[in-house]
Amino acid sequence: MSEAYQPARILNQGSTQEKAEGARLSNFVGAIALSDLISTTLGPKGMDKILQSPSNLLDSTITNDGATILSSIQISNPAAKILIEISKVQDDEIGDGTTSVVVLAGELLKESEKLIHKRIHPQTIIKGFRLAKDIALKKLKEIAQDHSENEEDLKKYLKKIAMTIFSTKILTPYKSIFADLAVDSILRLKGSTNLESIQILKKTGGLLKESYIEEGFVLDKKLGVGQPKRIENAKILVANTSMDYDKIKIFGSRVVVNSSSKLAEIEEEEKKKMIRKCQKIVDHGINVFINRQLIYNLPEQFFTDHGVVSIEHADFAGIERLSLVTGGEIVSTFDHPELVTLGTAKLIEEIMIGEDKLIRFSGCKEPSACTIILRGSSKQILDEAERSLHDGLAVLSQMVKNPKTVLGAGCTEIIMAQAIEEAAKETSGKIQIAMEAFARALTRIPTIIANNAGYDAEQLVSELKTSHYKGNNTFGLDVTNGKVCDVQELGIIESFLVKKGMLLKASEATEMILRVDHIMYSAPRQRGMN
Amino acid sequence: MLRFDSSGKPFIIIRDQDQKERLTGSEARKANILAAMTVANLMKTSIGPLGMDKILVDQDGEVTATNDGATILKNMQVENPIAKLLVELSQGQDDEIGDGTTSVVVLAGALLEESLSLLEKGIHPSKISEGYEKACDIAVKHLLTICDKIEFDKENYESLVLSAKTSLGSKIVNQYTDKIAKISVEAVLAVADLERKDVRFDLIKLEGKTGGTLGDTELIDGIIIPKNFSHPQMPKQIKNAKIAILTCPFEPPKPKTGHKLDIDSVKKYKELLEIEQNYFKEMTDLVKKSGATLVLCQWGFDDEANHLLLQKKLPAVRWVSGTDIELIAIATGARIVPRFSELTEKKLGKAGMVIEKSIGTTDEKMIVIEKCSNTKTVTILVKGGNKMVVEEGKRSIHDALCVTRNLIKDNRIVYGGGAAEISCSVALNKASKEITGIEQYSIRAFSQALLSVPIALASNSGLNSLEAVSEIQLQQLEDKKPFLGIDCLSKGTSNMKEQNVFDTLRGKIQEFLLATQMAKMILKIDDIIRPTGQY
Repeated sequence: MSEAYQPARILNQGSTQEKAEGARLSNFVGAIALSDLISTTLGPKGMDKILQSPSNLLDSTITNDGATILSSIQISNPAAKILIEISKVQDDEIGDGTTSVVVLAGELLKESEKLIHKRIHPQTIIKGFRLAKDIALKKLKEIAQDHSENEEDLKKYLKKIAMTIFSTKILTPYKSIFADLAVDSILRLKGSTNLESIQILKKTGGLLKESYIEEGFVLDKKLGVGQPKRIENAKILVANTSMDYDKIKIFGSRVVVNSSSKLAEIEEEEKKKMIRKCQKIVDHGINVFINRQLIYNLPEQFFTDHGVVSIEHADFAGIERLSLVTGGEIVSTFDHPELVTLGTAKLIEEIMIGEDKLIRFSGCKEPSACTIILRGSSKQILDEAERSLHDGLAVLSQMVKNPKTVLGAGCTEIIMAQAIEEAAKETSGKIQIAMEAFARALTRIPTIIANNAGYDAEQLVSELKTSHYKGNNTFGLDVTNGKVCDVQELGIIESFLVKKGMLLKASEATEMILRVDHIMYSAPRQRGMN
Repeated sequence: MLRFDSSGKPFIIIRDQDQKERLTGSEARKANILAAMTVANLMKTSIGPLGMDKILVDQDGEVTATNDGATILKNMQVENPIAKLLVELSQGQDDEIGDGTTSVVVLAGALLEESLSLLEKGIHPSKISEGYEKACDIAVKHLLTICDKIEFDKENYESLVLSAKTSLGSKIVNQYTDKIAKISVEAVLAVADLERKDVRFDLIKLEGKTGGTLGDTELIDGIIIPKNFSHPQMPKQIKNAKIAILTCPFEPPKPKTGHKLDIDSVKKYKELLEIEQNYFKEMTDLVKKSGATLVLCQWGFDDEANHLLLQKKLPAVRWVSGTDIELIAIATGARIVPRFSELTEKKLGKAGMVIEKSIGTTDEKMIVIEKCSNTKTVTILVKGGNKMVVEEGKRSIHDALCVTRNLIKDNRIVYGGGAAEISCSVALNKASKEITGIEQYSIRAFSQALLSVPIALASNSGLNSLEAVSEIQLQQLEDKKPFLGIDCLSKGTSNMKEQNVFDTLRGKIQEFLLATQMAKMILKIDDIIRPTGQY
């Protein structure tokens, strides 16, 4: 009798659900905790984090990069997962701004939490946020400066942008050097966004500032034993074929012999087959042979005898890059030398970087190829430097396509916030409150930057706001000196795309989280002990 | 359960009494109704343009945020048998119509809720069922009298866009309804056969891609496959492609029967080597001979075969998924060829242009097949700031596509915003007075239940729900305007004709029928037997 009146159980055993306020609370708590976690890394004086991998305690990463931090923490809160996802997408699409996008979303959610306490319906908040976002975007487009016409100008701006990006990273002390490196390598791409032909090679030893650009392509491999260390006018065959022993790929074949002499015969035949293959390769008229797979001693010997330099075990990415920069195709069959396009390089030589020997290909067919050699005293520093450099390169490559810039150092955020506040005054109803909240969330970003730098953030930001009200629209925060000043003069410039991505993605994610009033968790999948 | 046969010997009807739990009669009915109401209440908050979404976390912790009733129910992992029936119900509506998956569950829940008080009055469930059946009949007939027709053709499709907008209005995409509704309608019209009133959904492909915002969603004339060419040096652009579609790998054959091939002499070794080499040559030669300029293969390529293809100037794509293969085959008029030897020129498909495009800074490439010769095929590329938004966008667009298709099949519409439900409810109330007997009660109950959707709609929109609904009821009664509904977005008018909010007639009828059927089915159950320890 009693059972009929108990609330009916609908879900599976182990499944749980959170409703209405509970669901909202859990979303807010999760998302805000996550954004608070990484907000300390924001800005030029932001701090780094150590990430320790759960499996290998010795393997740790020190980073300032939002996307890297977020992708390596284990999270079960669904709203926090959405934030991680937007950071990842921002990283994929633009490459930088991965922290600020999450921080902005977090601040928006903090503001909405307050509004919900004031009994404003989430849908009303969403409406206000949308309006505010549109205004901000419009303003952002208005203030963006286009530098597409003047190439010299563009280069100057690219460097400034790169410096702004690097100033929040480990590369700060040498940002000028790295900005030059990044701009130089990006301009070689001539508008392509394919970052693949810029190779970044990390070598421990030396100092960060000793990093440099190497013309051409550097392969972290060794030449075969007893082969010349310098080849001029190289004709290169890039191959992906097995050069250890070449088994016959017909399914189910195996060798069955009844005497050792027969075994020897077959072995002999195998060797002959390999030699024939080598001969065919040599017949291409090449003097350098690079293979993705291992090259055993027998073929290596053969190549040395025939004056062909062989490089083994160049990994897949290496092979693709090589074929890209030398202009040769990746070859797997060798019967028609006349059809094969060979790669060329003016000079191939073994060079030394620190203790290591590397192979440098210069004078390649593809002039855009270059390698950035990073030096640094530890693996962690190098890894972080590479991530920072990659962020910079990614943004710059997008910049070349869409050369619009906005001012950094909190200036743009304040401008957008004030545009929203202006518009809010003319909007009646609860939407107005939501729009004001959006503006507040935007102003939080310079506040956090100032906070991280150890200044009286509220004071500074209010000063900044007043100076904007007075019409100084180029003012921002100078975190090195802790005062408000003209950002244009400081040369802190950011890419329009980064800011746009931040604004759009953060508001989209906020909207998504705000719309939720119910969370259902399935029972976790049962896992075995292993 | 024990019974005794004529000679007095006991025999067991249901075994293992202690391991089973049993509810019978009115208890069973109440338990069922309660379960159904729980599910319906859960869904109520997602109705309407201001409805809320739900987050579903699956077994592996993956997050789905959605507003789509069918998706919520499907991923909810229900255990209760009645709740499972409701999941099926929503699925049924999704398969048939594609929209209204939430309302159908809410309506079924309301019907059952109303029946609870009838049961308490001592009305037999069968009588209630009969009454519901009759009421449903009347409601459907009434719908036919209040429906309107919309006119459109290939050029003038404004009205279709409007109805797609109604469907999209409740989803996260509603910020960009104008654009997305237009894309959806254009996609459907591109593949629709207006004379036969037929729309082949398999010719519309929905492809998701993170990056940008939902507003960057675009309609592409052609097919996108998220793959790249098998060899980096193959050309990235092929004009007037002749496409060979293969479902056999470029590898030496692997007979399914287990076998071993023994090599015991040098001669055999050499022979085998030759055979191996020939396989690859033969394969590529056969493809080349057919005149193909592009190879799409469902399976992988051996390195050597891959290089031979490059040498023979045959761009190729490997690991193309089965559904993509079928779509391309339909679009380009190609035949799917399972063996190299069967490839002939006739079996090749044709496309005006095939291009590989890259997106964003990460090295993700897509192949776009444009200007297919045979049938028009379109792809909707859904963009969004994160993958959850993209997934939800895809689901929403699917709904809009369904609505448009339904309108092409049947261009009659009823007005949304709860207008149709309220109108039917009013009509039923009137009808109930002319019917004598117990059925009158059921019909009145049905009329009450119909109001549940507008009530949910109003309360989700922050209105005083009962007041708003009763006001509309009165207005409809006085003005005889069946297009008055709940003004969810506070536009200042309850005239749904002016607000351009409408649903398809087909969808609405289906919703009524399915919900009634489900309510009847659940009312009929008077015995629940289940093993204990499972709940």
